[in-house]
Amino acid sequence: MLPALGFIICAIFLAMIWALFKNKKRISSSPIGRFFFGFLLIILSIGAVNYFLVGINANRLYFWQQTIYGVSLGSVYALIALGYTMVYGIIRLINFAHGEIYMIGAYAGFFAVASLGLPFFLALMFAMLTSALAGVLVERIAYKPLRKAPRLAVLITAIGMSLLLQNVGQKVFGSIPRSFPRQFTGLYRIGELNIDQSRAIIFVITFLLMLILQYFVVYTKPGKAMRAVSQERDAAQLVGVNVDRTIALTFFVGSLLAGAAGILVAIVFPQIRPTMGLMPGLKAFVAAVIGGIGIIPGAVLGGLIIGVSENLVTAYVSSSWRDAIAFGLLILILLLKPSGILGRNVKEKV
Amino acid sequence: MLKIEDLHVYYGGIHAIKGISLNVSEGQIVSLIGANGAGKSTCLNTISNLVQNSKGKISFMGKNITNAPPHKIVKYGVAQVPEGRKVFPQMSVSENLDMGAYTRNDKLGVKEDKQKVFKLFPRLLERENQLAGTLSGGEQQMLAIGRGLMAKPKIMLLDEPSMGLAPLLVREIFSIIDEINSQGTTILLVEQNANMALSIADYAYVLETGRIVLKGEAKTLAADEKVKEAYLGG
Repeated sequence: MLPALGFIICAIFLAMIWALFKNKKRISSSPIGRFFFGFLLIILSIGAVNYFLVGINANRLYFWQQTIYGVSLGSVYALIALGYTMVYGIIRLINFAHGEIYMIGAYAGFFAVASLGLPFFLALMFAMLTSALAGVLVERIAYKPLRKAPRLAVLITAIGMSLLLQNVGQKVFGSIPRSFPRQFTGLYRIGELNIDQSRAIIFVITFLLMLILQYFVVYTKPGKAMRAVSQERDAAQLVGVNVDRTIALTFFVGSLLAGAAGILVAIVFPQIRPTMGLMPGLKAFVAAVIGGIGIIPGAVLGGLIIGVSENLVTAYVSSSWRDAIAFGLLILILLLKPSGILGRNVKEKV
Repeated sequence: MLKIEDLHVYYGGIHAIKGISLNVSEGQIVSLIGANGAGKSTCLNTISNLVQNSKGKISFMGKNITNAPPHKIVKYGVAQVPEGRKVFPQMSVSENLDMGAYTRNDKLGVKEDKQKVFKLFPRLLERENQLAGTLSGGEQQMLAIGRGLMAKPKIMLLDEPSMGLAPLLVREIFSIIDEINSQGTTILLVEQNANMALSIADYAYVLETGRIVLKGEAKTLAADEKVKEAYLGG
């Protein structure tokens, strides 16, 4: 029975790939088509990998457990990466201060829960809004005055902004790590798999946020304006888009997601400190590049790839390779397809 | 309707426009012709305020719009169809047209106008759901004009609509520009193809290195010896 199953999976795989090439324009231009196609592909991949694991007699349970951890970690990277990619899409800036926006989200969430005693979901809202305001403020103070400056000047400003926020964070919050109050300690069992409630919540909230984001970008007027500005800035102005406001909105939305990531990560890894934004920030940036910077689904894909590979490397090789794998993947993708997995090769306009 | 008085523009350290005054009356087609680098596009971009750093006064329907932000200018009824079309490449034809109506809130009117655009350019209807970046140059030009129309402008600024198009297509585009004008939209047309521009214009200005060197009725200019020699190929 198993070989037959494997054969069927392979057949559907090939059929889907064939359909993708034959009908690429139609599938990739309709967001719903893209979504279902992606979803089906994921389900099938899971089936295929599972079949493979059975074939080589590996410990399936351990593998899937680690993969699930990887997905929930990866969805946090994806949330942060979305901010990088959206901001890059609209003003071609790698906003290195984005990791600090994520840190601010974690602290806002911490104070909301620990000091104000808010329930978790209100704290989540609070963290998101605080981060969003911080993100807009950073844009207004540091990047907007440099709108017509060379790109390098803005990039250096972003690095400066990142260091500044880290150090202000240490001054204001103290450099001693704080421990986020334990939330969601339950455990779900699906078959033989254990899923922590906290990790499940990360995944569900991330998924919902991404659905909302997708709807916002594709169907709403401000979302369309965002895409228009990132594709043809002058033309966007000529149809009446207020570019400055659209850029601020992009920072708002991107930082909103980073804030959510900050508090979500704190429920699994409850140690928060002012420099916590550095590593996840860099890795999320790598995720954005791997998926194709400036492309929204690319950021999600990149985040998941990094999260899963990080966990698998920790599980099967050694935890000291944990950080190396993200940057190893970065080197690999820059060698093989510099525009990223979903990226198109676009010539720079001079 | 649109009035420019003594406009100077500095563009990247260059004195690109050195004191231009021009006037477009309602219902007219006015052409701005001249060689490459004469300052024609800069002039349009200054009206739309994509290019700042200017001296002088631009007024539209009696209102001073010299330093109004670009999105406000669209709202007042000035739409520009930019040089090189600049459609949104990753959006469908339909979405591009919707973007044209960005400043409008009357959903029904927008729907009607979209049908009008499709009537004007049946080829766009055929390609309604295709990404704009995959269209041919001529189709992109049609889309850019259609997008401009969707703003329901009182005046449309057209920048080199003939650029890079086959002669047959150029004639088609120009006859459509003429039709748009006859439906009540005033047009300010910038062109290197002086022949075509003068053939549909009521009035024309000749621009040379940032100055207006000649102006007059389009017919008179077309018969002018100097213009013939310099711009119409003898």
